Amino acid sequence: MKGVIQLEDGRSFEGTASGEWNVPLEGEVVFYTGMTGYQEVLTDPSYRGQIVVFTYPLIGNYGVSETANESATPQVKGAVMWQCSDEDSHYQAEQSLSFYMSDMNIPYLTGVDTRALTKAIRAKGTCRASLSKEGSSPSSVEAVGEVYEVSGEKSEVYGEGDIHLALIDFGWKSSILQKLLDRGAKVTVVPFSQAADIHSIEPDGIVLSNGPGDPKDVSGKLAEFKDLFDIFPVFGICYGHQVISLAYGADTEKLPFGHRGANHPVKDLENGRVFITSQNHNYVVTAESLEFTPLKVRMVNVNDGSVEGVVHDSMPIFSAQFHPEANPGPEDAEWMFEEFFAILRKKEVKAYV
Amino acid sequence: MSEKVLVLGSGPIIIGQAAEFDYSGTQGCIALKEEGYEVVLVNNNPATIMTDPAIADSVYCEPLTVESVEAIIKKERPDALLAGLGGQTALNLAVELQQKGVMDAHELKVLGTSIDSIQKGEDREQFRQVMRDTEQPVVESQVITTFDAARAFTEKTGFPVISRPAYTLGGRGGGIAHNEEELRSLMKDGLKASPISQVILEKSIAGFKELEYEVMRDTNGTCISVCNMENVDPVGVHTGDSIVTAPSQTLTDKEYQMLRTSALKIVDILEVIGGCNVQFALDPASRQYYVIEVNPRVSRSSALASKATGYPIAKLAAKLALGYRLDELLNPLTGYTYASFEPALDYVVVKFPRWPFDKFAGADRTLGTKMKATGEVMAIDRTLEAAFQKAIDSLDQSAPVFNEERDAWEHVKKPTDARFFALLHLMRKGTTTEELFAATQIDPFFLDTFERMLSWEQRLAEDTSVRTIKEAKLYGVSDAKIAEVTGTNEREWIKFREENSIKPSYKIVDTCAGEFEAETNYAYSTYAGVTEISPLRAGKKALIVGAGPIRIGQGVEFDYSSVKAIESLQKSGYTTIMINNNPETVSTDFETADRLYFEPLKLENILDVAAFEKVDVVFTAFGGQTALNVTEAVEKAGYKVAGASSETIAKLEDREAFYELLQMIDVPHVPGEMCHSPEEARAAAHTYQYPLLCRPSYVIGGQGMVVIHSKNELESALQEMEQRHYPLVMDQFISGEEVEVELVSNGSEVFIPGLMAHIEKAGVHSGDSMAVFPAEVEGTIRHQVETFAKKIATSINYKGIMNIQFLVSGTNVFVLEVNPRSSRTVPIVSKTAALPLIDWAVRAMVGESICFPEKTLHIPCVAVKFPVFSSHALAELDHKLGANMMSTGEGMYIGETKEEALAKVFEHLPPAGSPACFDEDHDDDFDTWLNTPEAAVYHNEGETEEAREKRVKALKAGITIFSDPDAYRAYKENRKDGSRTRIALRKSVEEEVIV
Repeated sequence: MKGVIQLEDGRSFEGTASGEWNVPLEGEVVFYTGMTGYQEVLTDPSYRGQIVVFTYPLIGNYGVSETANESATPQVKGAVMWQCSDEDSHYQAEQSLSFYMSDMNIPYLTGVDTRALTKAIRAKGTCRASLSKEGSSPSSVEAVGEVYEVSGEKSEVYGEGDIHLALIDFGWKSSILQKLLDRGAKVTVVPFSQAADIHSIEPDGIVLSNGPGDPKDVSGKLAEFKDLFDIFPVFGICYGHQVISLAYGADTEKLPFGHRGANHPVKDLENGRVFITSQNHNYVVTAESLEFTPLKVRMVNVNDGSVEGVVHDSMPIFSAQFHPEANPGPEDAEWMFEEFFAILRKKEVKAYV
Repeated sequence: MSEKVLVLGSGPIIIGQAAEFDYSGTQGCIALKEEGYEVVLVNNNPATIMTDPAIADSVYCEPLTVESVEAIIKKERPDALLAGLGGQTALNLAVELQQKGVMDAHELKVLGTSIDSIQKGEDREQFRQVMRDTEQPVVESQVITTFDAARAFTEKTGFPVISRPAYTLGGRGGGIAHNEEELRSLMKDGLKASPISQVILEKSIAGFKELEYEVMRDTNGTCISVCNMENVDPVGVHTGDSIVTAPSQTLTDKEYQMLRTSALKIVDILEVIGGCNVQFALDPASRQYYVIEVNPRVSRSSALASKATGYPIAKLAAKLALGYRLDELLNPLTGYTYASFEPALDYVVVKFPRWPFDKFAGADRTLGTKMKATGEVMAIDRTLEAAFQKAIDSLDQSAPVFNEERDAWEHVKKPTDARFFALLHLMRKGTTTEELFAATQIDPFFLDTFERMLSWEQRLAEDTSVRTIKEAKLYGVSDAKIAEVTGTNEREWIKFREENSIKPSYKIVDTCAGEFEAETNYAYSTYAGVTEISPLRAGKKALIVGAGPIRIGQGVEFDYSSVKAIESLQKSGYTTIMINNNPETVSTDFETADRLYFEPLKLENILDVAAFEKVDVVFTAFGGQTALNVTEAVEKAGYKVAGASSETIAKLEDREAFYELLQMIDVPHVPGEMCHSPEEARAAAHTYQYPLLCRPSYVIGGQGMVVIHSKNELESALQEMEQRHYPLVMDQFISGEEVEVELVSNGSEVFIPGLMAHIEKAGVHSGDSMAVFPAEVEGTIRHQVETFAKKIATSINYKGIMNIQFLVSGTNVFVLEVNPRSSRTVPIVSKTAALPLIDWAVRAMVGESICFPEKTLHIPCVAVKFPVFSSHALAELDHKLGANMMSTGEGMYIGETKEEALAKVFEHLPPAGSPACFDEDHDDDFDTWLNTPEAAVYHNEGETEEAREKRVKALKAGITIFSDPDAYRAYKENRKDGSRTRIALRKSVEEEVIV
């Protein structure tokens, strides 16, 4: 049956709806240009509340498998594709993507000229959209506070390594945890609202997770976070990077269109190396605002020069705007985990603080 | 003074090393010139754009050997060498130059990947060591130099095992052995094929998925993966012979990234500067993978990846070689983002190989680790079905027919060129995808796709409503296919679509899936979505129809003509639009024409583009017979075709009309007639004396052309003919010399740059003969040839370029055939005579005036063109020269005299009369000789089965054969011991010959 995605500016694109869409649904519409990794995207909490447009036309080729989950359930509000496979061809596949989407009650639209839609989104910048039967104007009110929806309720402990890390949860991806466990850490995932508890668990270091939406949604907690940063080695990823920056007095702003996909070049100013990163963010730390903070820009986006990572001038604190944990996307920035663990494993870590 | 760079080309087109190196080389040379370098090119392939004087500052059509390149280095004193653009030939030569101390002696630095790194990638043993050191998995294998070692290895690993000889191209001499007997012959071939007598034996991993990554790396160590590709055929079939998709279709993100990470790591370890191809095998049921091979240079795959993504690998590789970093080079498609990113595709690409087996009935069609395809096509769409369908449409070849299911199974079980079609055949007969998966290990994802493609045949046979046709179009069902299924003709469906406004949309390739604004001129059609480009706004728009895939008889020379025609049209103020489907070529570089449509060359696709762009004129004279064949239909659709009209073309191509024309203007032709049926052919045979020359209609490269000596031979030839081959031409076979002319005519004036004479007698296909230009031809003969040529051109008011072949028998001159289009020899004549023939032709076709040179042309040098056979890939084929063309490419050398040029042709062979040569007429004990290590040249002109067998034996051993008396004489007389020939430089207009 027919379904329509309508953008804020009134442009609409027709396709086939995944079900009876009697009530329109709304969300911010974003596009993902990676050619693999649809399941990781769908289950990534950073996509919470968004309608994701996949630009690659064949989605679902290798089905759905538990091993590709970034969280237990899909996080997106809806998806738009050209083709969503009813079949799955992979030894790990447990079900087809179309079955999974229906099973998980995620509305999706197929048969859409996703290239034309992407160009429409690109022209207007990130905007809101609706999925409905016949077309419906999305409200222009931006959603806020998605981070409160995805952060867990209580702390949980994973692994039993010799290094103990606290992972502050703004909607963490499984692969961040996995990268930490792979390197021999014991990880306590702590909801950001309970971050103060970290003092009592006395970890060797803190990792700030990714998360959805505006980092200023957690402004009220910044002082609490900063108290922790002053004590422990810190590594922030994506949302976590933005939170660190805000905590030290820098500012963030919304990009005209966010960075999403698996092909963004980032340059490390320390050694001039350029590497390809996986990205998914609407907000960015402004370079000027770092001027009077102890943080400095360490990495920049090759294409638009935006801030991709900061480092503290005297303490073991650094961050990445992109996703060094990959999944989906390239693994080129795994060295950041190595760097963090190198800091943690140095005996003098505590003394350094 | 600017720095001078010596660029090594890849030489004549052979299987495994084809037009992709013209594309890469041309891009590379242009990039060097852009950066202010002076480019000196060595390449003996005349048919390419790369050897056009506009591409390099100096072009040496000289042997790609250490001696000849060193002579050029001494003369030119270049500062640096760039070998990464000329395929395996150039890399091997660079390694040799280094080893022989030439590089050091002349203080030549290597641009791009170092020789040391090249060796680490190419030398199997070094490569494996590097892989082991860096913990990259490689298949259990061993370097083998003797058969005993091979046997010991298989005792350890078991059969089957795969053999890959070191330093060879296209898997030459390689194969798979299932038992000891097969192993024995494989070792013999392999050790001989490898210049260092080394093969690698490895445990077979047949059934694994085969993946490729195209990686770029700069001096700063930044690595990116431009594209990954998945072979539809699992490991075991050479990637050049595999159907390939881009990007990969069945890999999860974790698998994709695992292999990507490995590829980047390898390229980083090898310290590649530029492009590199990494091939992997991946277990379909686990994360186990193996690195199969690394090519630290641009390759066929990198050309494909460039066209599949829009990312110009060769051009950027050349700039990286000069020291630029990826993050300071712009992505030319967006113009404001940088080259240090990875393209995102929002469409699917399918590559399909083009094999020569339609011409070689006797060849071994089995596919394995040795590449056999001569060319390939590529198709783009937004459904996989459509991309497949378009690729098949682009092959310009009728699909193989299977009489029985058993027949089809043969092709499925042991992969051949017909496997894909056999799969479809069996699916039509009800074989399940499960059964086919069991037999082929082709991923069910692909088999399901094929099945969905097929389902349209059934549906359309029952329902051709507008709605159904529209839906079928989403999945790439062509008008021709609808016609085939419904028993109608293609034009009806073109009309049907017109009436119901079912039109394709056009989208662009922009490297970034729409993420960034990009103004590109690289378009493809799809029914999935809306058109995003406007027709070009221009006063005069010309559509140039390309030649499609490289095949025997229609090679890269037609790409040369197409590209030169585009240049000329642009100069004349035309906006140019190219339509073609060959990913290997310069014509499908999106920077060549003002807009490129990457499409099949079916009438449907040509007319759709013509209609969308509302073109003013269509050029069908430059894309070989493929383009010429659509002339009439394009005219009928209401478009103006430049140059000769279909009526004129028919007068020249239709034998009856042609003979009538010749009689009218009093130009003699060989006695003969047209036969519309086998009966007429028998009657004709009665009228004339044997031998007769029998040629079928509508074929390329003399396919099916035979000399018939007896009634028996006639009958067997008639058996071979298909209905579409009629009418047949039955000519009296007259022995004599063959002379060709290329002429440009504006209708009233005709310009003939010179005569080209074949070394071999008439009867040998012009594509397989050696030819001399300009040829010394006796005055009265020359006069006759020129007069006849002019008469033919003016009598039909011909405008454009034309090739005429003559037979000279004693003092008589006969016309053999006319090609009313650009031909194979155009680039040879253009380059040797230093004349812009295509430019003149275009101007004649669009009605501009041309000032032909008034005086008789003085060409101060002589060129010899020679055929190159790909016997390394198809060794089982006897290439006794005859009417059916068998060579895959050609080379050319220039000298002050014919003898000097000929000496270069034979320079790589030992002098005649040495123990390395065996003359069947004088020498005894062929078998003993064949087993001597120095065996290199074999002469046998015999027509018997025994002679054939001996020649094939020699070919399999990598020996050069002579099967024609005149060619053999040319060799004996011109290959003299110890003579080092002089190198010749042919610049654009002036020329200089130096010692």
